[in-house]
This record gives sequence, structure tokens and C-alpha cells, in this order.
Amino acid sequence: MTSTVTAFAQVADFARPPIDWHAVAPELVMLSVGALMIIIDIVKLERAKPYAAALSGLGFLAPLVPIATLAIDGVASEPRVMFGGAYVIDGYSLVLKALFLIVGYLVVLLATNYVGEGDYWETEFYNLLSASVLGMMVMASARDLITIFVALELLSIPAYLLAAWRKRDLKSNEAGLKYYLMGVFASSIMLYGMSLVFGVTGSTLLTEIGATLDDGIGSEPAVTLGIIFVIVGFAFKVSGFPFHTWAPDTYEGAPTPVTAFLAVASKAAGFVALMNLVVIGFVEREEVYQPVIFFIAAGSMFAGNFMALRQDNIVRLMAYSGVAQAGFLLAPLVVVGEGPEVAATAVSSIVTYLVIYAAMNLGVFAVILAVARKTKSGEISSYGGLFDYAPALAVLMTLFLASLGGLPPLGGWYAKFGIFRSLLEPGTGWGYTLAVIAAVNTVIAFGYYGKIASRMWFDAVPDDDRTRIVVPAALATALVLCIAGTIVSGVYPGAVTHFTDVELLAFR
Amino acid sequence: MELTTTWYLVLGAIIFAIGASGLMIRRNPLVMFMCVELMLNAVNLTFVAFGRELDDLGGQVSVFFVLVVAAAEVVIGLAIIVAIMRHRSGATADDLSVLRG
Repeated sequence: MTSTVTAFAQVADFARPPIDWHAVAPELVMLSVGALMIIIDIVKLERAKPYAAALSGLGFLAPLVPIATLAIDGVASEPRVMFGGAYVIDGYSLVLKALFLIVGYLVVLLATNYVGEGDYWETEFYNLLSASVLGMMVMASARDLITIFVALELLSIPAYLLAAWRKRDLKSNEAGLKYYLMGVFASSIMLYGMSLVFGVTGSTLLTEIGATLDDGIGSEPAVTLGIIFVIVGFAFKVSGFPFHTWAPDTYEGAPTPVTAFLAVASKAAGFVALMNLVVIGFVEREEVYQPVIFFIAAGSMFAGNFMALRQDNIVRLMAYSGVAQAGFLLAPLVVVGEGPEVAATAVSSIVTYLVIYAAMNLGVFAVILAVARKTKSGEISSYGGLFDYAPALAVLMTLFLASLGGLPPLGGWYAKFGIFRSLLEPGTGWGYTLAVIAAVNTVIAFGYYGKIASRMWFDAVPDDDRTRIVVPAALATALVLCIAGTIVSGVYPGAVTHFTDVELLAFR
Repeated sequence: MELTTTWYLVLGAIIFAIGASGLMIRRNPLVMFMCVELMLNAVNLTFVAFGRELDDLGGQVSVFFVLVVAAAEVVIGLAIIVAIMRHRSGATADDLSVLRG
């Protein structure tokens, strides 16, 4: 009874914590754009369709303005901390927010013609996309278990609907249902883990959880189980082995622009959450997360690459390639417990990888969309002789694939280099072993990337149909932006690392 | 016999296990949804029990967020189910095998 009384007393004393409006301006702008689009949709109905894509594209670029002013304001050196440390705006979160917004913009470019020409709902598509990106932006700043959970659901729930977007197509329905069931299963496992961690440490703030675990409290099995459950929950989100089985089916059934969004933005958000949790919250319990993440990372690389070798549908192949890439991205998290400097290198190498991965992977999906406009097929055999009738697309695809494989001087090479450097820096057995596994897998990956490339360059054109492919302006813009990102990040990595050399620190 | 916090935690763990095994064993999408709800409510129970034990409002507050989000999730799930049922009535998760698993 007394505790109820004190609880009410606490509520009565409640005063709203101060909010730094400038710091949350990017999220507020994104929210306003989404709300504005819903209102326009209600007022204008069908007449809103022609400019829905353009408006949504501008909507994704608008929040970059407050992000730029925050960066000029020196947020990177003096971070803004709100709600007792639950919401932090620092250099790390700014660069990730910018990444999510730009990926959102590129997905709008990919979707413009696909959604416009299909018999689908248009403004709703872009509304859901902006809601999902808003969740990702919140995730970049979230330093609290509940904030992370809410951000995860805000980004996932619209994504379930987007995967089932073609509602008269059974494949798309099935993709949506599988993604949904696996997604909610994963988030309930993660939540159960969070409740155990909360119970043992007595706080939902990651900084306080980190401090409590550092004091040696919480060596109980409960917190071990909690940490494992939380990591497993996010392993689903980033499609890490053995929780990757939903990815190929969902990617194949979902509309291709949505697949691109899931493969890049949604996956990146999962990594951001994992970095926040592991680097700030669980960092002292490396005997728990090290073997778990090692197993998931090594398993993802092998399973993704070997399954990708056997695929004949290009979207499924990209799904398994994404599983393998997730292994690479997870690898540096194994060594973050070796000290603050190692953790800093690991975080900046993952962020760099995420940025470069976004450019090259979205590029591949842009080419897939362009080719599918003519062939209406996702089979790899339909890429035969692409160089004969669409040389530009074939060259771009080859560059993107070479970059994904890690050939210098393209961006993927520099991204992989960063991962290897952060694995080898601490000089531990875990790091060396994982570096060797990553090196072996880099070689395996050339098997299937090379298979697509050789189809395009050497095979005959199926049915001898040499109709030219007309690439619409939006898709062409996306292709130009992606190839520019892929080449610049490899030839002059400083252009990327200038932004991505960020640290993830604990603030109170 | 007094009911201590441990009882609630054990009950939460049992409900969570029932939900998780049900989700993996049952093939009817609607039953699978119910199992997800069971898992989320087990989480709520654990949060409340810990919140009470620690005398920390954070546990209770978390439950509000989980409840609201769970409601939103169920709405989305039912919408997807309805879209499928319009094509085929009585579909189970095994019938959904157009895509190779």
C-alpha cells in the first residue's frame, strides 16, 4: 500500500523534463512532413497522386537542414543529452540520421515508377516509408531500453505493411505474413530479455545498466539470459544466422523497392540498436556476448555465402548476400570489450561499412528494377547478354557487384578493410579467428557475384530480345548517386570517414 | 504461504515458454497471433513484478508502452491475415508456400 502512495506522490511531483527543441528538430520535421502528406492525401484524394513521390522525396531531404545546423553548432564535440541520458544527439547519431534520410530518399527514387505504374496505393506508400524512417532516426539517438523498443516497433510495423503492399498478390501477402510473424516473435524475445536486464540492473537507461554491470553486480544467470535474448532479438532484425530464414522469402515476395529498403535501412537500424546496446550497456559482460556474436557473425558469413551460391533468382541471391554482409558488420562487435579505443575503431568501422553498403546495395537494386522493367523477371538467366543491349546498366551492375565483393578501388574494399583493421587491432584470438573466417568468405563471395557478371558479359541474350531498356529519370538519378557514392568512397575514403569517424560514448 | 516476486517471475517465464512453443508448433496464423500475445503479456508480468520488487516506476511505465505497441501490432497482423483470407479461406501457415522457405 505504501508503495502505491509513494508512486502517486511521484506522479504528482512530475514536471516535464526540459526538451532541447533544436536537437529534436530533424525528427519533428520528419513527423510534420508525414502528417502533412496524410492531410494532403485526405483533402486532395486522387489528385494528390501525381506529386506524391516528389513531395515525399523533398520530405526526406528537409530534415537534413536541421541536421546540418546541428552539425555546424558543434554537436559532435558537445552532445545534447535529454531525459537523463535516454535520448542523445551526438556526432554518431547525426551521421546515422543523415544516412537513414538519404536511404529513404533513394528508396523514393526507386519506388517512383514502380509504385506509380502499378495498381497500388501511392501516398500511403510514402507515408508508411516516412514513418519507418522516423523510427530509424529515433533509434540512432535512443540510449534507453524502452526508447529502443518503441523505435524498433515504429520502424518495423510500417515495414510489415510495405512488405505486403501488393495485396492482391499471394506472394506479397506471404512475404508480409512471414516477416510479420518472425518480426513480432523476435521483438517479444528481445523484450523478455530487456525485462530481465531491467530486473537485475534496476534501470532501463543504458548508461546505468553499463555502470551497474561494471560494478560486478549482475553476474546472475538472469542477466546472462537477458543479454542473450536481446542480442538474438536483434539478430532476427539484421537477418543473422540462424535467424535469417525469413529474409529470402520476404525479399522475393515484397515489392522490389521495399526489398531495397529492408535490405539497407531496416538492417542498418538493427545494427545501430545492437551497437548502442552492446557498446554502452553490455560492454563489461564480454564473456556473454562475445561467443554469441562470434557464432552469429561466423555462421552468417558461411550460411549466407554458401546459400547464395545455389540461388537462381537474383533477389534471393541478394538476400543471402545480405546475410553474409550482416556477418561482416557484426564481426567488430566481438572485440568491443577490449577497451575504449578498440570500441571506437569498431564503431566507426561499422558506421563506415553501413554508409558504403547503402550506396552499393541500393545500386544493385536500382539495376534490378531497371532490368525488370523489360524482362519482368528476377531469374539470373534473364540477365544473359545484358551488355549487348544495355551496356551502361551492365557496367554499373558489374561495378556494384565488384564493390560488394570488395575489389579495390571501389567503396566495398575500403569498408572491408576497416572491418579487418578493427578485428586485428586488439590482437586477441577471437579477433584473429574472425578475421580469417571473413577473409575466406570474401573469396567465396566472388563465386556468386562473378556468376552474375559473367552472365551479363558472356551469355547469349535469351529469346534474342534486344529491345532497349528505357531507364526513367528517377531511377537514373538513383543510379548516378549510388555509383558516385560507391566510387568516391573507394578512391577517396576520406570523403566518407570525415563523417563516419564517430565515437559512441556513454553520457549522463 | 506467501506469494513472493519469484512466483510471478516463474509464472511469467512459464507463460513466455508456452507462447514461444505455441508459435513454433501451431500452424494457424490466428493461433500464432495469440501465442505472440501470450509472450508479450509474460513480458508485462515480468516487468511489473520487477518494478514492484525494485520499487521503481520504470517497470510499470514500460508495460504501457508494450501494451500500446502490442495493440498496434495485432491490428497490422489481422490486416495481413484478412488480405490473405480474401484469396483463400481457411489458409494455414503451411498453405503459404508459394515462396521456397
